[in-house]
Amino acid sequence: MFYREAGDFKTSYEADSQTFPIKFDRYRFWAMLAVAYLVIPFIINDYWANAILVPFLIYTIAAIGLNILTGYCGQVSLGTGGFMAVGAYAMYKLMTSFPDVSVVIHVILAGGITAVVGAAFGLPSLRIKGFYLAVATLAAQFFLVWLFNKVAWFYNYSASGQINAPERFVGGIAVTGPNTDAWAKYMICLVFVTVCAIIARNLTRGTMGRKWMAIRDMDIAAEIIGVNPLQAKLTAFAVSSFFIGISGALFFSVYLGAVEVGEAFGIQKSFLVLFMVIIGGLGSIFGSFAGAGFLVLLPVALKVIGVDLLGWPTDIVAHLQLVIIGALIMFFLIKEPHGLAQFWRIAKEKLRLWPFPY
Amino acid sequence: MSADFLYGIEVILNGLMAGVLYALVALGFVLIFKASGIFNYAQGVMALFAALTLVGIMEGQVPFSHIINAIFGTKIHHFGWHVPALLAIFLTLCVMVAFAWAVQKFVFRHLVGQEPIILFMATIGLAYFLEGMGDLMWGSDIKTLKVGLPQGGSRWIEDMTSGLGGNDFYGFFIDKLDMVATVVAAILVMSLIAFAQYSKQGRAMRAVADDHQAALSVGISLNFIWVLVWSLAGLVALVAGVMWGAKSGVQFSLSLIALKALPVLMLGGFTSIPGAIVGGLIIGVGEKLFEYTIGGMIGGATENWFAYVLALIFLVFRPQGLFGEKIIERV
Amino acid sequence: MKDSYITPDGRTIGGVLMDMRGITLRFGGVEAIKNISFDIREGEIRAIIGPNGAGKSSMLNVISGFYHPQDGEVWFRGAKRPTMRPYDVARQGIARTFQNIALFEGMSVLDNIMCGRLTHMKTGIFSQAIWHGAAQREEVENREAVERIIDFLEIQAIRKTPVGRLPYGLKKRVELARALAAEPKLLLLDEPMAGMNVEEKEDMSRFILDVNDEFGTTIALIEHDMGVVMDLSDRVVVMDYGRKIGDGTPDEVRGNQEVIDAYLGVAHD
Repeated sequence: MFYREAGDFKTSYEADSQTFPIKFDRYRFWAMLAVAYLVIPFIINDYWANAILVPFLIYTIAAIGLNILTGYCGQVSLGTGGFMAVGAYAMYKLMTSFPDVSVVIHVILAGGITAVVGAAFGLPSLRIKGFYLAVATLAAQFFLVWLFNKVAWFYNYSASGQINAPERFVGGIAVTGPNTDAWAKYMICLVFVTVCAIIARNLTRGTMGRKWMAIRDMDIAAEIIGVNPLQAKLTAFAVSSFFIGISGALFFSVYLGAVEVGEAFGIQKSFLVLFMVIIGGLGSIFGSFAGAGFLVLLPVALKVIGVDLLGWPTDIVAHLQLVIIGALIMFFLIKEPHGLAQFWRIAKEKLRLWPFPY
Repeated sequence: MSADFLYGIEVILNGLMAGVLYALVALGFVLIFKASGIFNYAQGVMALFAALTLVGIMEGQVPFSHIINAIFGTKIHHFGWHVPALLAIFLTLCVMVAFAWAVQKFVFRHLVGQEPIILFMATIGLAYFLEGMGDLMWGSDIKTLKVGLPQGGSRWIEDMTSGLGGNDFYGFFIDKLDMVATVVAAILVMSLIAFAQYSKQGRAMRAVADDHQAALSVGISLNFIWVLVWSLAGLVALVAGVMWGAKSGVQFSLSLIALKALPVLMLGGFTSIPGAIVGGLIIGVGEKLFEYTIGGMIGGATENWFAYVLALIFLVFRPQGLFGEKIIERV
Repeated sequence: MKDSYITPDGRTIGGVLMDMRGITLRFGGVEAIKNISFDIREGEIRAIIGPNGAGKSSMLNVISGFYHPQDGEVWFRGAKRPTMRPYDVARQGIARTFQNIALFEGMSVLDNIMCGRLTHMKTGIFSQAIWHGAAQREEVENREAVERIIDFLEIQAIRKTPVGRLPYGLKKRVELARALAAEPKLLLLDEPMAGMNVEEKEDMSRFILDVNDEFGTTIALIEHDMGVVMDLSDRVVVMDYGRKIGDGTPDEVRGNQEVIDAYLGVAHD
């Protein structure tokens, strides 16, 4: 009954293009933000941080990145894992080369480096379209993983071939390294997610977003009304890679602490993020949150139910998880190509009319 | 002749034989793509699944035994019989046809008319589903596949050629299994081409590929054709699975041959059968030669990415592939 | 011909805006356009007519930079136009609609029309990321311009509807709105009335005349409905098999024997 736009008149074009046009949504959004920033940090423990919240936040950034490229600009990429690896290794090199610079700057720089690499691999997108391009991005995936595996400079010639995050501080509090508190990990990821989501929202509601969507919906018509396709696609690749690079940097330095490239950033990672975007909803920032949350929670829930409750062996649950994810992907593509975000929208439409639907 | 040169020839020969197998897998892609516009990422997992099923049937494994045991606390694993190879292959083929029917009925019939990229992503989902299913049914341990194919290097060829290159050269080392695989793959490729070109169903298949509605209007059953092409793809997957499985064991890595077939397709064009063959050979020879000549200098294992980068560079200059039709853009 | 003149209905037609000189376009061995020259004057409504396959749409594609002719020169606003990509042509002030509607189906009507103003949007990616400030100001200014177009074409009610849900006639109108939003010097309309019923055609004709009248926009259009063409246009180019067989006022063209043979003769039988 409170969920109405009736009576909530927009008197300016600024107000008309805001993120949450309905008052109730605005209140709920601020409430969520308050809980995320003011409640969760005080009650979080290691299990919640490491199993659910931190990976959820980091994958959300990656999913936002891929969503910009695939959902908004229509360019399917299977190179997400490779680009996350670029972010992670850039982070590692920056952390070890410039130990006195703040890690926050390192993370942003790692994103910037990934953006450049992403744009370079996006160059062929002018000539190659559709799944030719999807397959071409696999070249990025395999080449980058191979590169970080074979060129010892990237892992500072360490004997194991792994990279390890040294301990770094933000304002005197450890955010990377083995002694980091759960809430510190959570907070740094949360700040980055918030900023990334706001930037992504701003870009997609304005001129840039329209250019991307025009390219996605009909590239020839877009070019004729004045969109430079190369520029639009390359910015999509760059912005997308920027977010994915940030997510890779955080994934390595804050979440895992130690990384072996083939294991952490293999082709499976590319698919995982792609699935998050599909299940969450192509072309929706909210969908990136929903998809990441869903695919982070699903294995945890299956493990709790299968292993802890029913006492099945872990490998069976792992296989079952593959079956369920695969089936869900097909289900979503058949029933709702717009993903969880669309279910949410439909629910809101219903709620707007409730309790008098006629 | 110098030994290096002869080893180079050996590399090329091995590359050609690997290429024939790539071409075979790529052909599975082309068949489905031509008839339904679906780019079937699950082709490699289908090969894995077929090989797993074949081993399971031959050894009389109880399907889903792990999960049954976990639920009911039983300890069943085997029926206690062994099925002869040929019968097992036939039974596996039946499973693949049933699979083709199920895929068509439950998934792709509901996705007719969707954009190609949506279909592609659906096949990625299918790949996950099938991989998990195969593991649930037959277990995920590495299995050996013994269908009576010869193994090991051919002594005969080695002896025959060892005199060619002086003391440094010990003759061509060529795996007997690779030779059998090459012959089988070549026969299969030729019979598929013959089937597509000359049989009634093959003609219907090509008609569907050209225009769904027109094919429908002259009385071709789309459903039947699609089940048919998925079954053919299942057959191709089975053969590829047997060859690869006999060589390196039936395990997850088998499904990765699909990833190798992708650059083959990009090179050859998604719709061209000769393209799949030529592309397969180019990739097979190219990656082996690159590894042999340059790979050692830059750290090795270049086979992981060479095919993709080659295809990527190639596509930038010729986006429709070697044999693909030129795309004319219209408004 | 004089530099400018006044039409019987009181509009001013200016000098030459666009001049096509000896345009030849080939696809492989097929000559779609054979050595055609004609000009479009400022403020006029210029029609291109001809039977199917005459090369009219190809001509429009040459003007909008989508096809590049093998021979001939395109002069726009008194200067020879170098070979340029379509998006640069759009920035010069040429907008168009398409024979088969080419709207962005995933966006709302408002977003589609806002896309028409992309050539007027100048803020960089960083100020857009921040949004508040330059980007928002620009968005609001352009939104105001778009709202004027929306009022003009009477599509206020469907502003927020996704274009995929609109009926055919409205889609055509939204496409016109998107082209108008660019405030073009030259507006190209590829069969704006194809597939419409009589009332819709009348509406569309009125909009075209109003656009020309109120904004002074030069219009080049392709149309098959002879009645509409003769009523709307100041001058007509007639094409057949890639050749130009007639050029002049509707009355002159109507009297041209070659045109009657090729085209109108069939229609009048």
